[in-house]
Amino acid sequence: MSLEKITNPFNARHWIGHMEADYRYTLGIAGERFFKEIKENARIMGAKCPVCNAIFVPPRLYCEKCFAKLEEWVDVGKRGYIYTYTIATIDIDGKKLEKPQIYALIKFEGAHGGLIHKIGETDKVQMGMKVEAVFKPPNERKASINDIAYFKPAE
Amino acid sequence: MFGKKRVAIVGAGVTLFRRNLKETGKELAYHAAKMALEQAGMELRDIQSVVMGTAPDAFDGVHMKGEYLADGAGAYHKPYTRVFVGGGTGVFAPLAGWWHVASGQFDTCLVVCEEKMSSCHPHPQYAFTTIFDPILERPIGMNLIWIFALEMNRYMHKHNIKKEDIALVSVKNKRNALDNPIAQLAANITVEDVLNSEIMAWPVQRLDVSPTSDGAAATVLVSEDVAKEVTDNPVWIDGVGWCIDSTHWTDRDLYYPDYVEYAARMAYKMAGIKNPPKEIDVAEPYDPFDYKELHHMEGLLLCKKGEAPKLTREGVTQRDGDLPTCPSGGLLGCGNPIAAAGMMKVCEIFWQLRGEAGKRQVPGDPRTGVAQAWGDLMQYGSVIVLRR
Amino acid sequence: MSAKIKHFPGEEIETKDFREGKVLFEAFRPKARYAWSAGIAISRFLEELKNGRIIASTCNKCKRIMVPPRIYCEKCFKPTDGWTFVRDTGVINTFSVSFIAADASRLKEPIVVAIINLDGASEGMGIVHRIEEYGDWRGIKIGMRVKAVWKPPEERVGAITDIKYFKPIKE
Repeated sequence: MSLEKITNPFNARHWIGHMEADYRYTLGIAGERFFKEIKENARIMGAKCPVCNAIFVPPRLYCEKCFAKLEEWVDVGKRGYIYTYTIATIDIDGKKLEKPQIYALIKFEGAHGGLIHKIGETDKVQMGMKVEAVFKPPNERKASINDIAYFKPAE
Repeated sequence: MFGKKRVAIVGAGVTLFRRNLKETGKELAYHAAKMALEQAGMELRDIQSVVMGTAPDAFDGVHMKGEYLADGAGAYHKPYTRVFVGGGTGVFAPLAGWWHVASGQFDTCLVVCEEKMSSCHPHPQYAFTTIFDPILERPIGMNLIWIFALEMNRYMHKHNIKKEDIALVSVKNKRNALDNPIAQLAANITVEDVLNSEIMAWPVQRLDVSPTSDGAAATVLVSEDVAKEVTDNPVWIDGVGWCIDSTHWTDRDLYYPDYVEYAARMAYKMAGIKNPPKEIDVAEPYDPFDYKELHHMEGLLLCKKGEAPKLTREGVTQRDGDLPTCPSGGLLGCGNPIAAAGMMKVCEIFWQLRGEAGKRQVPGDPRTGVAQAWGDLMQYGSVIVLRR
Repeated sequence: MSAKIKHFPGEEIETKDFREGKVLFEAFRPKARYAWSAGIAISRFLEELKNGRIIASTCNKCKRIMVPPRIYCEKCFKPTDGWTFVRDTGVINTFSVSFIAADASRLKEPIVVAIINLDGASEGMGIVHRIEEYGDWRGIKIGMRVKAVWKPPEERVGAITDIKYFKPIKE
């Protein structure tokens, strides 16, 4: 039996198919409350650990270090800072974007974690830059991370 | 004794099993893990290693599900292993936990099993189609229920078993589940109800099958030294066994699960069990379908081949019988969140041996129990023997 | 479960809650496409199906004639030694009459699937395929003899579906 090297799977006899399924991910106990606040009140919340006092954004049901349940929620405001960023030039399928898009990991002062989101209204960013969330109008919000349209530079 | 240290289970926890739970997979894992720790009277910082058992990523819809669930399982900054052998995962995960402690490398191990099947639409069963060979089997339109039906038909044919006898298992387990607070499908049904239920893939009918579910379960494993400090009532893992057969499932005679027997022999040898029907006081074989309880009882050498239906008919497998089987209500009564279901059985044996199973308690002070799970393309057997 | 535990966690929701907006969720459909390589053995198998024949591989050590064919004998853990053709007739080893499709939806007309032990292959060797032209499904029995019904040569492409189905035959 031959053991030739083939690099293109379509050169060997093959069968084409797909693995299809639709997914519905529940937001969870913590997630539902977080996104409801975003949708209804344009508020970004965090949750505080009663043992180590760490504040987590996005909030979660438990502290992964202390394994304690997080019951206290706090408003972390709409302003954060750019912890790191990248400039995307191609989309998820590998096609070139019309205009490059900046994505950043935005952290909130005093909180662990952060949100990954788009940066808008500017072409230039730097590490540590202060940014502010821009929410979509209330009737366009769906309780999704995209209810925040993007983060813009803040004073 | 096998291994460097003797291993005990000192705490267990289970969430509700339901068709749809609101919690994310991480939150489910957390609930079960936290419960097991509280029951053991231990804290997360006492845990040195974590094993996560969870079945296909395709259900939860998160690739690398093991990593995703890690922090919910208490594995933050800890040595962590995810194991996955299809339906066999729920019993295989504590086996992997056993390796961690018996090897002497760790004194404690938290074993968590989670499944969130409801994320997959239109029905979690659809994710199962990808278990089949893409070239030889999927074009035929394979559906998971079919492979069970093919196996059930062969088992019935070989031993001339009637559906009435198989239906008795569904009746028993759903009734046992009435006493189980986490159960999804507890009910008082009759053999007629089973025989009149909708035909799914003959000979499988709707009431022969366990549902898909969301849920999680966990146990805390510790070495002998730690067990002494933590509890007066440890339950020892005295036997472990596991075995796999080939995915050429069409080459086997499906009436008997050889691989379950090999896994069982391995576990019994370790535990020093020479006469399983006499020495085992309570059993939780994997029962995703009613005929599977019978199939697995035989594979576990709890009776002769073809004899399991007779024992069921005679009431031997009822809670007050000589060999109580699935006193928890099994998967048929409680639901089937794949990995969590197998772990639930281990938790049940744990509680039974400690006399803490409440209304489900089997009488007679049981000391030795066996739990078994089964998975993949009808090919994996995992067996655990627990003793007090 | 344990008599000592009072509360078991978990917040139940219903499938219809998703439709009725009572529970918040994110929807996602992965768009993955696959090209599964048939491999050495099955490539040959598919070629021969296109020719209207079923081929098996043989192991000289355990003497098995294996279908579907493979390049290694998994029991002896050595390469298989040769090829041989088996017949397109055989016996039903087990079967199921399904009223549900792959996505769990209900079918009006059942699909009958079976494991068929082909004549010429070692005992127990089987392939999975459909059974049609069976009349009343309640008459199908384990042990029944069946024969492949092939697509006409010009329609065969080298796939398991080059055999349309197996049908019961009288002896």
